[in-house]
Amino acid sequence: MAEAAKMQVSDEVAIQITGMNKWYGQFHVLRDINMTVQRGERIVICGPSGSGKSTLIRCINRLEEHQQGQIIVDGTELTNDLKNIDKVRSEVGMVFQHFNLFPHLTILENLTLAPIWVRKVPKKEAEETAMYFLSKVKIPEQAHKYPGQLSGGQQQRVAIARSLCMKPRIMLFDEPTSALDPEMIKEVLDTMIELAKEGMTMLCVTHEMGFAQAVANRVIFMDQGQIVEQNEPKEFFNNPKSDRTKLFLSQILGH
Amino acid sequence: MSETHAQTVTFVRETMLPPVAPPLGERGAVKWLRANLFSTPLNIALTVIGLLAVYWLISSSLPWWLNSVWNASSLGECRQIVAANAGEGATGACWAMIRERWHQFLFGFYPPSQWWRPILAFGLLFGALAPVLFSGQKRNLTIVLGAVLVFLLVTLTLAGTPGFPFALAIALVVGMLALAQVQPGKLLWFTLIYPALCFWLLWGGSVWAPIVAMAGFGILYAVFRLASPLIGLAPAAGAGIVVAVLWWLYADKAAVGVLHGILPLALQSINSDQFGGFLLAIVIGVTGIAFSLPIGILLALGRQSDMLIVKTLSVGFIEFIRGVPLITLLFTASLLLQYFLPPGTNFDIILRVIILVTFFAAAYLAEVIRGGLAALPRGQYEAADALGLDYWRAQRLIILPQALKISIPAIVSTFIGLFKDTTLVAFVGLMDPLKGVTQIVRADINWKGIYWEPYIFVGVIFFVICFGMSRYSMYLERKLKTDHR
Repeated sequence: MAEAAKMQVSDEVAIQITGMNKWYGQFHVLRDINMTVQRGERIVICGPSGSGKSTLIRCINRLEEHQQGQIIVDGTELTNDLKNIDKVRSEVGMVFQHFNLFPHLTILENLTLAPIWVRKVPKKEAEETAMYFLSKVKIPEQAHKYPGQLSGGQQQRVAIARSLCMKPRIMLFDEPTSALDPEMIKEVLDTMIELAKEGMTMLCVTHEMGFAQAVANRVIFMDQGQIVEQNEPKEFFNNPKSDRTKLFLSQILGH
Repeated sequence: MSETHAQTVTFVRETMLPPVAPPLGERGAVKWLRANLFSTPLNIALTVIGLLAVYWLISSSLPWWLNSVWNASSLGECRQIVAANAGEGATGACWAMIRERWHQFLFGFYPPSQWWRPILAFGLLFGALAPVLFSGQKRNLTIVLGAVLVFLLVTLTLAGTPGFPFALAIALVVGMLALAQVQPGKLLWFTLIYPALCFWLLWGGSVWAPIVAMAGFGILYAVFRLASPLIGLAPAAGAGIVVAVLWWLYADKAAVGVLHGILPLALQSINSDQFGGFLLAIVIGVTGIAFSLPIGILLALGRQSDMLIVKTLSVGFIEFIRGVPLITLLFTASLLLQYFLPPGTNFDIILRVIILVTFFAAAYLAEVIRGGLAALPRGQYEAADALGLDYWRAQRLIILPQALKISIPAIVSTFIGLFKDTTLVAFVGLMDPLKGVTQIVRADINWKGIYWEPYIFVGVIFFVICFGMSRYSMYLERKLKTDHR
């Protein structure tokens, strides 16, 4: 907690969402989402399954289209304009629940592919950057293996390093630890905590409440496609206001 | 109770046991026989029946093989020799027919003085394939090119190749061998020019015809490169295709005429109706395989596209071509296509057949590749998107390498099917090795009545080629296996 308070949040706006609505066919998944993320903020989004939390962060890099409202990421509005979408995607890193590494490429190739083809970085430089981030997630010795040879925790750390190689300004995490064995969760969370300490703007969908208390400066609780409550972690956990939040917290912290 | 329990729980080993070989019945040949052939009464019965069937097959066909005759000038003479050697009523194969007519099975009615041209084209085919099949692998490239060099030295000498082309061909292969040692990647350039070279070698005519035709592709690429920053990728590709087609339709003939006037370099022209046998099958098969894969990939991507018109056209094309028998398409090629073309155009029959065979295979490949695309988890597409890769890069770097790898067995099956289907061109009057040439041979009064031998001969060659493809696909699957499941 003390550490979280030390981390700086600037006044600059990183993500601005206003009046955003999304439907899957007739189903109204996201309802009137309004949210501002400052640069350097670390936000944890939680909520029961089906509450739209994954859909929300997938809208931020346009893996999902929204039908109404406005999403501005890093000063670029997300519309059907492909140029804007590619620009936003190269600025926003994303880590998936199931890692989604490319199984036909080595770890090093996984890390250098996007920098080389999207950022046009020379191969040698891209490899140096890749090795730097691999050491940062503490698995430089795995560089020439294939994803299938790594454990789940290692794969997720590679996935984080892969996103970091694009030097993103914002990182999105979509339940990064849900597919991992308990003993591997810690190594991934440690990597994420380190990233948070360096001042990365992070949005993280997770049920790891320990992580939320350690690094988040804001917790957002969603239910039925709406933001039900948001607050500082301390207030959020100790003194939830809405009944829905109380029920949810009692269910996940109950035992 | 508690005492015995304590005894069974506490236990300390004092001597370690050395490893011992498994019992006699559980190892080596005995175990293998027991496990695979004689495990149950039913299996014993089936094994015995199987062995009897094999014995019957061999005992009844072996004399026919052993009594083979290689030197004779007619089927009657063959039979006399068999009767003289093995007694009245004995059967024997008459391979003398192959000895006399092998060239028709291989070349059809291609003029004997020009046989060196298809032979050279065939040898160089492997030189062109190797950089694709074994990209950048110095050792394999050297082996293949070395084999090509030996093959060409022997066969070109036997075919009585004129000195100048002979020297040129050998110099070319030696040059490629040298290049393979230094920069194996550069060999792909030979693969690019090979189609034009092969066309010129086989059909002859002015050397400028294939060069000017290839220039059309150069123009396509130049227009695409110049226009793509201005009007975007897809319109630029369209504009390039339009300009290239205009070039082929209107400027091609004139340019060939002018260039030929300046430097008249030409080979004797060979008409398409002189092609036959495996020359024809391989020309159609290899061209069909080479062009159907990229078309099939585009169709598969088109079928998955969000763009309505692209999707409708792809689906329509695939469903129409797949829904019609190949023979129908071949008849279309031989008869109907002429009606749709401007009067006076003489569109070569082999070329027409190749185009339709290619389309036919492409429609099947499109569905095979679509299966591979569908087998990829959605996460792969999302990860590629999330990294900011655009559609074509994501397809080329992430999606297609994996989808094609999944589809390798089915793709190669389609290729093998295509190659065997080339025999169907017999129905439009071309001399395929199976029906066309065999019929010609059997129409000869000397060989009338010969039955098994030509089919076995052709069948063996087909088998060798198809088996080779199948083996290569297995090698490729092993090489690309990186998922460690």
